[in-house]
Amino acid sequence: METNVLTKSELIFSVNDLNLWYGETYALKNINMEIEKNKVTAIIGPSGCGKSTFVKTLNLMVNTTPNVKISGEIMFRGENLITKKRDLVDLRKNIGMVFQKGNPFPQSIFDNVAFGPKIHGLRNKQEIEQLVEKSLKDVALWDEVKDRLKDPALGLSGGQQQRLCIARALATKPDVLLMDEPTSALDPISTAKIEDLIIQLKEKYTVVIVTHNMQQAARISDKTAFFLNGEVIEFDHTDNIFSTPNDKRTEDYISGRFG
Amino acid sequence: MRNTTELSSHRLLKSNKNRKDSELKGNIIVKSSAIIIITLTIALTVFLSIKGLQSFIKNGINPWDFITGTNWNPTSETPSFGSFNFIFGSFAVTMLSALIAAPLGIGGAIFMTQIAPKWGNKLLRPVIELLVGIPSVVYGFIGLSVLVPFIRNHVGGLGFSLLSGTIVLAIMILPTVTSISTDALNALPKNLREGAYALGATRWQTIKKVLIPAALPSLLTAIVLGMARAFGEALAVQMVIGNVSDFPNSITDTAATLTTIITLNIGHTTYGSIENNTLWSLGLILLVMSFIFILIIRFLSSRRKI
Repeated sequence: METNVLTKSELIFSVNDLNLWYGETYALKNINMEIEKNKVTAIIGPSGCGKSTFVKTLNLMVNTTPNVKISGEIMFRGENLITKKRDLVDLRKNIGMVFQKGNPFPQSIFDNVAFGPKIHGLRNKQEIEQLVEKSLKDVALWDEVKDRLKDPALGLSGGQQQRLCIARALATKPDVLLMDEPTSALDPISTAKIEDLIIQLKEKYTVVIVTHNMQQAARISDKTAFFLNGEVIEFDHTDNIFSTPNDKRTEDYISGRFG
Repeated sequence: MRNTTELSSHRLLKSNKNRKDSELKGNIIVKSSAIIIITLTIALTVFLSIKGLQSFIKNGINPWDFITGTNWNPTSETPSFGSFNFIFGSFAVTMLSALIAAPLGIGGAIFMTQIAPKWGNKLLRPVIELLVGIPSVVYGFIGLSVLVPFIRNHVGGLGFSLLSGTIVLAIMILPTVTSISTDALNALPKNLREGAYALGATRWQTIKKVLIPAALPSLLTAIVLGMARAFGEALAVQMVIGNVSDFPNSITDTAATLTTIITLNIGHTTYGSIENNTLWSLGLILLVMSFIFILIIRFLSSRRKI
């Protein structure tokens, strides 16, 4: 355990023997994964394989579903998220999340991005404004909206809404960004913009992205995990997964034989 | 061979006819219902307007004096018809009861939808639905036999008062406010809450800063609908408010509302007399007010954000 301290320090999450049940349904089975810092980790797999559940477990969003039972450990910043009665507010401030469908609040563009910093106690108006500008610049939305920050966020296009949600997550200055199929509801151009964005984001953040689009995983991720029926079938460098998969099932999936 | 084609074509034709028939029937039923409803509404408005304007046109009462005058004395030798006190009474009980029912109703709705949905749906919801079903005379009776003596003994005054009317009305409109607020909060997309939680918001922050603002137009609609009901309620208020035409000097003072004066007096005035006509005018004021309430609701719904 203590042998490779160096590699350990570059890990953001270390998931060991993670099991999860929704009531009677055994949704995640013995997951072991190490998620590296400043890398994009993609999670692929057919519908219902547990990939969304897995990322939702990483920020304990899964706890909002009734009858969830979790065992095992998820080490984050030296603490096991699952056993420790952790401050969820602090945890989710450090682990941002972006959902399948852009879900801006029915408020102004500015207020959406300022929401996180404000609830975490930032009061200084100037600082908030700077933070909003920086976050919007990070997602390349600033030039499109800088003249209408007071307009309702729901007036933006789908792709803009999704980038706004990424900006909103970035405004709390997280270490990790979890993305649950962030482009599945978007057109190809908006998708391309978000993919470019994700590649840039990994300089500052660690990204874990769930996707059902294998080309997307191949394009943007450093490492890829293939989930099937709640198990990790294979987890390796993205190149290896797509060129020389070890497992027959991975090969079948990425070559489109099922899923 | 020939026989079968004939048979099937015969069948086809028949079923087509059936379909056309039912199409026509449905059309007639739906359209005539719509026409009846529209005609009824228009007829009611026209009738009430004609009757309500009689006292101004035929009996020569000044409409301004009628609305702003504070002296209501239709039976004296020099009768005076100033309905301001009743208009004030109606608005007072409406506003005050909304002031009580709005926070309780919205609070209950938040509890039912956000805090304890299971428990809330099992226990609180049936209770609220039960409250809707209780006839207003029962509310009035309970008010009369419990609330009025309680206020007389512990707060002061006769017991029959604005306060009693307000409390009875607040209880009566509470279910309306609660159930519409519950629907409004349930109609919010689930991903709003997820989004707020994912940013590290606590449950209360999520409710206060995301859910309530998002549902605000619908919540206001719930309050206005409750107010419309309070404004129009006659029986229960009449039983506890005292029905005195003087201006109430305090909340424990007796008062009267537009509706209570109408229900109390319409039975013993002669059709076509001045006094009868002025009661119709009070009715017209009620109708105008309910139109205004509807306009407010329309305006709020158009501002709904989601």
